[in-house]
Amino acid sequence: MSETAETTAIVKEPKEPLFSSNNKRLLSDPLNDDNPITIQVLGICSALAITVQVKQAVVMSLSVLVVMIGANLIVSLLRNLIPSRVRIIVQLVIVAALVILVDQVLKAYMYDVSKQLSVFVGLIITNCIIMGRLEAFALANKPWPSFLDAVGNAAGYGWILIAVAVVRELFGSGKLYGFQVIPDAFYDFGYFNNGLMILPPMALITVGIIIWVQRSRNTKLIEEN
Amino acid sequence: MEYVNIFIKSIFIDNMIFAYFLGMCSYLAVSKTVKTGVGLGAAVIFVLGITVPINYLLENYVLKEGALVWLDADFADVDLSFLSFIMFIAVIASMVQLVEMAVEKYAPALYGALGIFLPLIAVNCSILGGSLFMQERQYANIAEATVFGLGSGVGWFLAIVAIAAIREKIRYSKVPAPLRGLGITFIITGLMGMAFMSFMGIEL
Repeated sequence: MSETAETTAIVKEPKEPLFSSNNKRLLSDPLNDDNPITIQVLGICSALAITVQVKQAVVMSLSVLVVMIGANLIVSLLRNLIPSRVRIIVQLVIVAALVILVDQVLKAYMYDVSKQLSVFVGLIITNCIIMGRLEAFALANKPWPSFLDAVGNAAGYGWILIAVAVVRELFGSGKLYGFQVIPDAFYDFGYFNNGLMILPPMALITVGIIIWVQRSRNTKLIEEN
Repeated sequence: MEYVNIFIKSIFIDNMIFAYFLGMCSYLAVSKTVKTGVGLGAAVIFVLGITVPINYLLENYVLKEGALVWLDADFADVDLSFLSFIMFIAVIASMVQLVEMAVEKYAPALYGALGIFLPLIAVNCSILGGSLFMQERQYANIAEATVFGLGSGVGWFLAIVAIAAIREKIRYSKVPAPLRGLGITFIITGLMGMAFMSFMGIEL
C-alpha cells in the first residue's frame, strides 16, 4: 500500500497554503467514497487483468499515475483552446503520446515487466479513468486542482489494484512481490497454493468482495437495484 | 478450417470479457437491459470488424520494421512500430465518428437508446485491445485478422447480452443490500468467466 501512504503524507503537509480543504478533498475522496474503480466504475479493464502479481500491479499503477498527471495538466492548460466537437480525438492524441513515452521507458529499463504487461500498457490510452477524469474534471478546472485530481484518482486506482494483487499472489502462488512468504514447512504439512486465484475470474470476485465490504461500512453508497 | 478455428477461439477461449476483461466499463454501464446491450454489442462487432483489418494493413505496410519497402528499397530498416498506439487510436476514433453519424442518420431510435455510449466506443478497451492483440499475435494475412476481429466482437456481444439478461431477472431476487448493482454484477461475471473456462483447449 505504498500508494496510500504516499498520498496521506502529501495531505498532511501543513505549510503548503495551496492545500485548502477543497483541494484536500480532491485528493482524499477518490481513495474511498468516490473511488474510481468501486464507485465511479472506471478503469476496470486493466485493474483486473494485471493483478496476478504485486510487481505488475505496482508498475501499472505508477504508469497510470504518470500518464494521468501529464494528461490532466496538459488538457487543463489547453481547456480554453480545444473545440468541444473534436475534444475526444484531441484527448486521445495527448494520452497516446504520453503512453508511448511510458511504454518506451518501460521497454528500456524494465523489459521483463513490460513483456508481462503486454498489450495492457497500450490500453492505458483507453483506460476509462483517464478519459473519464479528463472529461469530468480537467476540461473545466485550473491546472493545480486538475493535478490533485489526477494524483487522487490514480492513487485510488492504485490501492485497489495492489490490494487485489496482494490477495491473488499470496493465495495463488504463496509469494508477495516475487518473494516467497508462506514457509516451506506449510507445504510439507500438505498446504497447497490455490490455483483458482491465478485464473482471471477470481479477480472479478475479489473486487466484488471489496465492493461488498466498502458498501456495508458506508451504507449511503448502496445502489437502488 | 484455419479461419473457423480462429473464429471459435476468439469467441469462446480468448473471450474479450471473460479472459482479458477488455471493455468492462461499457459492459458494466450499458448492461441494465437486453435491448441496449444488443445495440452496443452490434456496434462493437461492426467497429472491431472494420478497425482490425485497417490496422492490420497499417501495421504491415507502414509501421513494422521493413514494412515500407514497397515504397522504396532504402526504407528497409525503418521501424515505426513505436507509433502504432497513436496510429491505431486515430483510426479507431475516426471510424467511431463515422459509425456514429451513420447510426444517427439511419437508426435514430437506436441512437437515442445508446446515447452517450456510442462515442465512448472509441475508448472501449476491447476495440484498441483487438488491434493490439492482432499486432502481438502476427496473423498471416488480412482474412485471418478480419476473422479474429469479428470473432472477438461476437464474443463481446454474447457476453453483454448474457449479463444483461441475468441483470433483468436478478431485479426480482433478494440480493444483500451492499452487493446490489455493481457488486453482484462483478461476482456473476466471475462465475460466468469460470463457466467459459471450460472451453479452454478446444481445437477444431
